[in-house]
Amino acid sequence: MIYLQLFYEFVKTGLFAIGGGLATLPFLQEIGGRTAWFTDLELADMVAISESTPGSIGMNMASYVGYKTAGIPGVIIATLALAAPSVIIIIIIARVLQRFRSSRYVNLAFEGIRPASTALITSAMLSIFALCLLDVSAFRASGSILDLVSFKSAALFAVLWIFTNAVKPTKKLHPIVFIAFSAAAGIALGLN
Amino acid sequence: MRELLILVYTFFKIGLFTFGGGYAMLPLLEREIVDKHGWASFGELSDYYAIGQCTPGIIAVNVATFIGYKHKGVLGGIAATLGLILPSMIVITIVAGVLDIFAQNPYVISAFAGIRICVCVLILNASVKFIRSTVKDVFSFIIFIVVLICTIFLDLSPAVFVIFAAFAALIFDKVRQVRAK
Repeated sequence: MIYLQLFYEFVKTGLFAIGGGLATLPFLQEIGGRTAWFTDLELADMVAISESTPGSIGMNMASYVGYKTAGIPGVIIATLALAAPSVIIIIIIARVLQRFRSSRYVNLAFEGIRPASTALITSAMLSIFALCLLDVSAFRASGSILDLVSFKSAALFAVLWIFTNAVKPTKKLHPIVFIAFSAAAGIALGLN
Repeated sequence: MRELLILVYTFFKIGLFTFGGGYAMLPLLEREIVDKHGWASFGELSDYYAIGQCTPGIIAVNVATFIGYKHKGVLGGIAATLGLILPSMIVITIVAGVLDIFAQNPYVISAFAGIRICVCVLILNASVKFIRSTVKDVFSFIIFIVVLICTIFLDLSPAVFVIFAAFAALIFDKVRQVRAK
């Protein structure tokens, strides 16, 4: 019954993930933790692959989780399940477009939902940080706080942050450029 | 039928050539939907984006459904969405299959270790952008902090927080109204 469960999990994600692709991240993380379909580390890889392949990030992540969980039928089920709530809700809204846009209660509710959605994404970010940047096993082995962050990782992080935020000619570049650069840097630095 | 197939084909093309989804899709939509087919005006597109952002689901799917629905009703909405998500399904299946084969290669492992650091930076940048655009006043700041702390200490589905925040906003507004009187 993995198909039914996959369908249910992604309908739920499609219904409550508000704000686009990365808004699905906290939901996927929760699914991974509960079902053991994929680890947080695999989830981080899925984000990278979803950002560097065509299509919307959310749909790519759904396809990827579907594939990992149940092969090609999983791809179809997860992706359709993620899209289904959107399609139904948008068709309803499209019929009452003007009333929806000017509804006081709708606008009020979204004033609460937007910062909550941001908090969920930030929270998912913190756990991915802990996973990808911190070397907890080295820290436990030596007890030295200096071993918690590998110097090479921290340096790569700093370089990427500078190029995506502070350097004018590069900060508008597509994420795929930075992902390709990081892959090359990972090989050159011998990261693991 | 022919019109529906054109919708599927047009959105398939858009899905295939968009890297990054949502906003990255806008220039392609402008060219295909506004200029070439005239299915929606640019003003309508920005309306769809505004609503697509604050309604459940993936922004790209929301916008595609709007355009398809406007052009050919319910079936049009479904056709546009199917066209949009097909490339994701095909490309990811191929990529995931190929990666499974190379997953143990030491170079691939190193490359992904580097890529994961890049993912951290990309998500950090996206988070900062989200915080700047959604955390604007005392109320939104409180919601942000409360939800953030709760997600760290409570093991609840994110859906619970979304529903909680919507009700908190409605209640907060009631309190403000009563006070004003």
